[in-house]
Amino acid sequence: MKSFHSVTSRALVLDRPDVDTDQIIPKQFLKRIERSGFGEFLFFDWRKDPAFELNQPEAQGAHILITGRNFGCGSSREHAPWALEDYGFEAIVAPSYGDIFRQNSLKIGLLPVELPAEQVKALMERARAGDELTVDLEARTAGGFPFELDDFARRCLLEGLDDVALTLLQEDALAAYEASHTAPISTLTI
Amino acid sequence: MGLTLLDKVWESHVAQRVAGQPDLLYVDLHLVHEVTSPQAFESLRLAGRPVRRPDLTLATMDHNVATGDDTPIDPLSEQQLGALARNCEEFGVPLYATGSGREGIVHVIGPELGLTQPGLTIVCGDSHTSTHGALGALAFGIGTSEVEHVLATQTLQQRKPHSLRIRFVGELPDGVGAKDIVLAAIGRLGVDGGVGHVIEYAGPVIEGLSMEGRLTICNMSIEAGARAGLIAPDDVTYAYLEGRPGVPRGSDWDAAVARWRELPTDDDAVFDRELEIDVSELRPQVTWGTNPGMVVPLDGVVPDPQDIADPDARAAAERALTYMALEPGTPIQEIGVDRVFIGSCTNSRIEDLRTAAAVVRGRHVHPSVRALVVPGSAQVKLQAEAEGLDRVFTDAGFEWRRAGCSMCLGMNPDVLGPGERCASTSNRNFEGRQGAGGRTHLVSPSVAAATAIAGRFADARDLVPV
Repeated sequence: MKSFHSVTSRALVLDRPDVDTDQIIPKQFLKRIERSGFGEFLFFDWRKDPAFELNQPEAQGAHILITGRNFGCGSSREHAPWALEDYGFEAIVAPSYGDIFRQNSLKIGLLPVELPAEQVKALMERARAGDELTVDLEARTAGGFPFELDDFARRCLLEGLDDVALTLLQEDALAAYEASHTAPISTLTI
Repeated sequence: MGLTLLDKVWESHVAQRVAGQPDLLYVDLHLVHEVTSPQAFESLRLAGRPVRRPDLTLATMDHNVATGDDTPIDPLSEQQLGALARNCEEFGVPLYATGSGREGIVHVIGPELGLTQPGLTIVCGDSHTSTHGALGALAFGIGTSEVEHVLATQTLQQRKPHSLRIRFVGELPDGVGAKDIVLAAIGRLGVDGGVGHVIEYAGPVIEGLSMEGRLTICNMSIEAGARAGLIAPDDVTYAYLEGRPGVPRGSDWDAAVARWRELPTDDDAVFDRELEIDVSELRPQVTWGTNPGMVVPLDGVVPDPQDIADPDARAAAERALTYMALEPGTPIQEIGVDRVFIGSCTNSRIEDLRTAAAVVRGRHVHPSVRALVVPGSAQVKLQAEAEGLDRVFTDAGFEWRRAGCSMCLGMNPDVLGPGERCASTSNRNFEGRQGAGGRTHLVSPSVAAATAIAGRFADARDLVPV
């Protein structure tokens, strides 16, 4: 996984709640069998509207997305964080996230920052005024506001750890569990 | 202090617990489909890693498959289905491919095969994995990185979610069913009301539901933002499972049932949150907007955003009405539809088809409507045909299709055209979900069937008798 330390840039403001992963990357782009190249299809249908936030000149070069509550709700498609990351976003700031989206983002090095709604609104105002913002994972701050992220997830991001490799190091624990628990089913024998 | 069903399933699956880290949760059943798995298999291949437990893994083809003969699937879908077949072959994962007789929507075939059992942990690269919780399994959706993690290690790094119990009480009125119950609950909770939680559905109303109804309810847990839905196993569960291919037989069956009887939440267990919903006055539900929480009773009207206090929610409602081309105050029953879709992992099981067929029998689809019925699995299709339901539907002017996800998500030839309005038994009314520019209204199988006949949203009880 790509590591993340901090990012300083202009921010795209998408001030709406409940942005679902179907909007972030529509279904017709889920048929690719690669992990890369999804950025050009980010917000595919919404981008057809010239007034859409991502189409504005001030959105160009933004590596931070500030948005409303429950961002990334809906489908489990990891293609949504892949598309955001491929487009150039490195961090998202929102009051809350869809659980699966949040988890998927952490797994690919895209930092989902959670802040209280009023602080998110305050950052939106600063971003609209053209301010650059800094999201700093070392310090756990976004635009100066402290945010919470558990130490384990933070370390994985800072070090860009491969969590499959990490788990495979626990082979003794996995083998012990398997030895003490008979599998209740078998998909090979039905 | 007693334990919840969630506590019991979670604690018995912790393969490793280290302070300050997520638990390593062991996975009993990993379901795989063509859309969210190719990149995971590719990563295994690049790292030279095997699938740790092919015997706890099962793949099928559902999202991209063609359900009719009129339009073939596109080359990219062919490529993705081919990749699944090759990956399963290479890694030794059993696959129920199209034509195998056991294929179908992944969340329909798990319970149907008896692989979904009480007390198991089940994951799949699909958010509607919550469905399987209806049998008392802890089941949730994961992304492709986690699919890779499960393939390689049979575990997930997970923090235990919070618990929320919703007790449904009261007498369920005639003509109102599981879909209406869950849509109303999402309307009450909001689409983010369950974030970070596992919802246990409980109370006399849930105990009185069939297995199919319980599957419908747990299926839509994710639409309230919840990680998973759970229903305690009981005699309904055991009667549903007994004799299915994946369950134990003889004395092993008796032992399994005895274990399962220990799973329900203890009387003195404490939940992080509790909610009670009285269904006595519940009416059939219809969504009007672009998320499943935007829902009103069938005999209601399109709401006015000006009545919504929260500015973000008001703006979202205004955008939704523009997208849906609806005016505030319009009676729902005056809204005409172009398409009706009966299917999806929410409502494509035999009971759903029986309910719809009972409404349709002896009637005919309205001339302005194109309606389709897509059974959830090859087995459901066979059973429906054995009961003559296919003839009931085709005689009424419905198209009768092969199993698949079909028009739930528009990844196959079954899509809405721009501006088309659809009454759908599926689970998501997001913008463009069923096809770019398409307008989706979520309803129960009964309302979908009645709407196909009337050409506008209708209650089966109001149709002209035949």
